[in-house]
Amino acid sequence: MEKLKNIDELKSLRKRVVGETFKPDVPRIRICSGTACTASGTPKVVNAIEEEAGRKGLTLDIVKTGCQGFCQMGPILKVEPQEIFYQKVKPEHAKWLLNYTVAGGMPYRQSLYRENILSEPIPDMTDVPFYKKQLRIALRNSGLIDPHNIYHYIAVGGYSAIEKALGSMTPEDVLGEIDKANLRGRGGAGFPAGKKWKHTKGAPGKIKFVIANGDEGDPGAFMDRSVMEGDPHSLFEGMLLCAYAIGAEYGMIYVRHEYPLAVKNLGHAIKQAEELGLLGKNILGTGFNFTLDIREGAGAFVCGESTALIASIEGERGFPRPRPPRLSEPGGGAWGYPANLNNIETYACVPQIIEKGADWFLSIGTKTSPGTKVFALTGKVVNTGLVEVPMGITLREIIYDIGGGIMGGKKFKAVQTGGPSGGCIPAEKLDLPVDFDSLSKVGSMMGSGGMVVMDEDNCMVDVAKYFLSFCQSESCGKCPPCRIGTYQMLQILEKITSGKGEKGDIERLEKIGEQTKKSALCGLGQAAPNPVLTTIKYFREEYEEHINDKYCRAKVCSGLGSFRIEQEECFLCGLCKQACAFDAVKETSRSFLIDQDYCTKCKACYAACPIGAVKVEKQQKKVKA
Amino acid sequence: MKVEELDVDEKVGNVKDILTEVQKKRGILIHAFQSIQKEYNYLPEDVLKALSKKLDIPLVEVYSTATFYKHFYFKPRGKNIVCVCTGTACHVRGSGKVLEKIEESFGIKEGETTPDLSLTLETVGCVGCCGLAPVITVNEEVVGDLSPKKVDGIIKKVRGK
Repeated sequence: MEKLKNIDELKSLRKRVVGETFKPDVPRIRICSGTACTASGTPKVVNAIEEEAGRKGLTLDIVKTGCQGFCQMGPILKVEPQEIFYQKVKPEHAKWLLNYTVAGGMPYRQSLYRENILSEPIPDMTDVPFYKKQLRIALRNSGLIDPHNIYHYIAVGGYSAIEKALGSMTPEDVLGEIDKANLRGRGGAGFPAGKKWKHTKGAPGKIKFVIANGDEGDPGAFMDRSVMEGDPHSLFEGMLLCAYAIGAEYGMIYVRHEYPLAVKNLGHAIKQAEELGLLGKNILGTGFNFTLDIREGAGAFVCGESTALIASIEGERGFPRPRPPRLSEPGGGAWGYPANLNNIETYACVPQIIEKGADWFLSIGTKTSPGTKVFALTGKVVNTGLVEVPMGITLREIIYDIGGGIMGGKKFKAVQTGGPSGGCIPAEKLDLPVDFDSLSKVGSMMGSGGMVVMDEDNCMVDVAKYFLSFCQSESCGKCPPCRIGTYQMLQILEKITSGKGEKGDIERLEKIGEQTKKSALCGLGQAAPNPVLTTIKYFREEYEEHINDKYCRAKVCSGLGSFRIEQEECFLCGLCKQACAFDAVKETSRSFLIDQDYCTKCKACYAACPIGAVKVEKQQKKVKA
Repeated sequence: MKVEELDVDEKVGNVKDILTEVQKKRGILIHAFQSIQKEYNYLPEDVLKALSKKLDIPLVEVYSTATFYKHFYFKPRGKNIVCVCTGTACHVRGSGKVLEKIEESFGIKEGETTPDLSLTLETVGCVGCCGLAPVITVNEEVVGDLSPKKVDGIIKKVRGK
């Protein structure tokens, strides 16, 4: 690779690689090599395809792309030029894929996507319901290019935004465009990126930092990983544009260590960009300097918080610091230098805005939240994976049209957005348009974009307990409201879910929750009570059932309810008797019975029964004699 | 990596030009832990002592930082590391049962290592493979869409190694 000396050289390089890569006359397979598809067997499929192609003497261009989003159906691949989409491909299908599609131009029906076994297969990716309503900006190149090859990125128009900015725009123009586009931070709070950039630009001092927050700790969210693994150069380009706009020379990417593939791909991509002269000193001969370093986290959730992240970069314990000074002010950022911190997804949107203009971006999404947002749709939905949709789409559209509804035809109960800091949204609010403001209005938040769907088999008290125990164990311990508040709330929830709840517990939870929210030092503590408070708000009757009737309607919490064997269903297999550790299941000549005096409500018999004849019911109120 | 071979300037990267010696040494601390752990599988006391000398950071500060992060260990770990994801998506799809099953079959609890150092069992917040929930990782390899049968197979495989 030769260093590019000026903007014209980049232009001519693009012209050359556009002709060389992705030639239309060569058959091509774009196979997803994201983490999920790799776990489902991409390497084996690639091997099988390569072997088979070698045997047949076919010239075949295999592009190992980043995550294409439809993780559940992995490994997925697309055959071009026929544009046929295949899912759940196994090594033994390779032969048929090559025979039918690559050589014959026909679809191989076995591996096509079907909504269910009776429906007609859908060969075109854009017709698959999962992809139909999506609009990709941040994830535009995932599934298209090989992240290990910078030429692929350049061939699909990469680095043309920095080319435009360096060639014909002043830093103020770039900043103005981002400000006008009203790009809001994709990391959670939705603070306008343009405002943040302006603050940092205005801060005194020559040395400034551009930092990308890739510490995606929210359980259930993986869009940043997808960008870092599948399209690292669009992140670099976004950071370059930011650095150009605010006048920064140093850049850092903070990645969590749980993403080894992301660290590897980013490192590889930085090296390639440096070799081409797109990072480093005197970029494209314009005198603009920008270098990038990677910092790995070490498994602390709180380091996703901006001040804690800075502490971690400096090599300290990841404790949040009181603000002000803010990161953008002197004394607040890394080593005291002003720093601009944005989420990975935010940076990935920047090149498109500069290239196509703020007006284009404003035309997508809602008035207050323009653009798109990537959601990680998971939980009990049929189709799980990454979806990028315009803001303002309703929850119903995401869950039912894209997600394909609830698994096993069960009833929808709630959707949890925003990870451990977000809240649960009930069925009544399904038609809520999704944007930053409407979500916070109902007590939840956009968060990083995790969306976990829950059905009638999930107990909301248990879910609240789960999120709170996560926040409690991840609390850094610096400020008492978070350290003690979350612990006390967790104790009360433990009590409720084990059947020892008392009157007044719900009110106590609400009180501690509100106080923790108001007084905690950083975002973690301020948002930790959200899951509990929203579940109390929308599912209060479930809490009351746990406390007053000692009954869990989802039958998740053990130690609640009264157990009974339905004699008409029981077929006398005796498994419940074997499972019971307390000898509470009694055997008579023709039936099994549960002795309530011995029963500890451990649920062992309920789990052991193969036909569901053990019933959990509300405890009968004792009648006073 | 030997602590003596640690090159502060190289590890700290491009920002070395603007940092003081003290800032540079402190800045690579977490990176140094990671390299040490890669080599020894945990952070041995004598190596940390050597690191403290090399970087001129008091040992108490070194420990204070290392213990803050979940990723660092101070006891030897097993040859195989099985990590059960307990993220939201895995939780609602039954990762608790997976964990229980592995705990039972090896007789250890999460966070513990078998006495013969063959296996360390851990849990993780989220590995970002929610589409395949429930998920576990066996020595960095992600195994998803677990069923009781698949878990049995993994247990057998780990035992056989």
